[in-house]
Amino acid sequence: MNSGVDGGHSHLLYRHGDSAVHRLPAHVKVVALLAFVLVVVATPRDHFVAFAGFALLLVGVAVAAHVPARFVLPRMLVEVPFVVFALLLPFVATGERVAVLGVALSQDGLLAGWNILAKGTLGVVASILLAATTDARALLLGLQRLRLPSVLVEIASFMVRYADVIVSDMRRMRIARESRAFEGRHLGHLRVVAQSAGALFIRTYERGERVHLAMLSRGYAGSMPLVDPAPAGRAAWLTGAVLPIAALAVATATWWL
Amino acid sequence: MHVPDGFLNAPTSVATGAVAAAGVAVALRKARNELDERTVPLAGLTAAFIFAVQMLNFPVGVGTSGHLMGGALAAVLVGPWTGLLCISVVLLIQALIFADGGLTALGTNITLIGIVTIAVGWAVTKLVLALLPRRPAAVVPAAAVGALVSVPAAALVFVLLFAIGGEVSLPFGALLGTMLGWHLLIGIGEAIITGLTVSAVIAVRPDLVFAARGLQPELQLKHADGTVVTATVDNAESIDANSAAERPAVSRRVLLIGAGIVTALLAGVVSFFASGSPDGLEHVAETEGFADTARDHAFGAFALADYGDVGGIPVGVAGLLGVVVTVVVGLLIFRAVRRRSREDATV
Repeated sequence: MNSGVDGGHSHLLYRHGDSAVHRLPAHVKVVALLAFVLVVVATPRDHFVAFAGFALLLVGVAVAAHVPARFVLPRMLVEVPFVVFALLLPFVATGERVAVLGVALSQDGLLAGWNILAKGTLGVVASILLAATTDARALLLGLQRLRLPSVLVEIASFMVRYADVIVSDMRRMRIARESRAFEGRHLGHLRVVAQSAGALFIRTYERGERVHLAMLSRGYAGSMPLVDPAPAGRAAWLTGAVLPIAALAVATATWWL
Repeated sequence: MHVPDGFLNAPTSVATGAVAAAGVAVALRKARNELDERTVPLAGLTAAFIFAVQMLNFPVGVGTSGHLMGGALAAVLVGPWTGLLCISVVLLIQALIFADGGLTALGTNITLIGIVTIAVGWAVTKLVLALLPRRPAAVVPAAAVGALVSVPAAALVFVLLFAIGGEVSLPFGALLGTMLGWHLLIGIGEAIITGLTVSAVIAVRPDLVFAARGLQPELQLKHADGTVVTATVDNAESIDANSAAERPAVSRRVLLIGAGIVTALLAGVVSFFASGSPDGLEHVAETEGFADTARDHAFGAFALADYGDVGGIPVGVAGLLGVVVTVVVGLLIFRAVRRRSREDATV
């Protein structure tokens, strides 16, 4: 029921594998993804051919990483709310109208809707490919190499480490509720769910205090001695640059089309 | 609901990215005051909690369900700065590991779901706390009102950003009305679940709730002869005692800032509605004048075109906001009157 947990979020996207994409250092992949998505976002929306080119590039990456389409497609569902928004735009936007199948649609709205659909989809697929080929630990070390403030990286690594623990804590609470015949049917039942959330917070916070004490007893003095990951060689950076440079080439080549 | 890549154009994304980076940088510094050297484990675990709680769905209406944004809840439970760090980390991890929300839209998401909801939620919470009697239980309604206002505030900023960087000419008055109406509903759900969650924590461990720090009644010691004295805390070790000493009962600054934000919000909203549903003559003039200047005035002119009926929602929203204003003003007057009568009694 509604009060339950939808598992969609907690599924890690990482797929173990051994390919050229898997082997690239995480921070190179993050930079490559960011550069690629920036090129996509900066491309004017009426350069339709360019977007087909970007899509082909991502297909190429997926093939190189041995990530099958049936893995990527179901995980694209996260963008559904914005797809709905994009589909509504042609109907509500103002400006010049064009008749499509007898319905007067806003030209501007059509373009804007297409813009959101195309760029959003490319962004989601690129992010899925990154998450599928990089495990969480490597990603965190990569963020550290990218000079993200170390406190932020440490908080993120604690979150990643304990997310499963906390989520399964919550799942046990749900099972406990449901085994007492609880069903979240209307707003009045929110009280029960919220009390579980409150109890979950107390459990989590107290767990945090115990973790902190355990860290202190092992000599923690305010910062974590994070292992510095190996720096990426020139070859890795060059491999990583292939995707954004190809995207840039596609964008400029289609500029005059 | 995380904004994906390409929703806003590149300059807007970069600008919101800069705002988010600045916000997180300040939060990194300030969070140390809230949690000292326990920042990393406790903020990390709280981030995991927020991540888990965002999966709790609650029914909004027929067949649809919403989920918690958690900004106001995080601010009330662990403090605004730590809360901002937690939400930012959750969004970062969701973007990188769960492909939820675009990487170029990360700044936008942190600005909307982190900075705006926490700033507005926390300011409103403090404002309401200033109006209520000083008891830990007062945090419950305060957090609920904060959560209620924080969600439409984020929707408002989203519409403003979309007006600037969305690259489409929309009837923004109508869009704003629809978004605010819808998010007010979501805000009610957020308010209920935030209030109930905070109340569940207050009932068991009031010391854990950041917003309730300094609100605990002082320990009363009763001697054998019947005299009652207030116990004094000798060791300044406990953080609660520290923050209680630092913070005056009702910070006038917080009150003013909160009132300012609420007023600005209301003024903005009300003016949007005013231009969103003009009378017939103005309406025609606006639509006629709008046709060729749509691009330049995508932000300033709100032609309703043939969507005048959407105006029905803003009226309702404005009405609800009016009720909220009335309640707040009423509380203010009530408080002022009560203080006056208390002073009279002591004289």
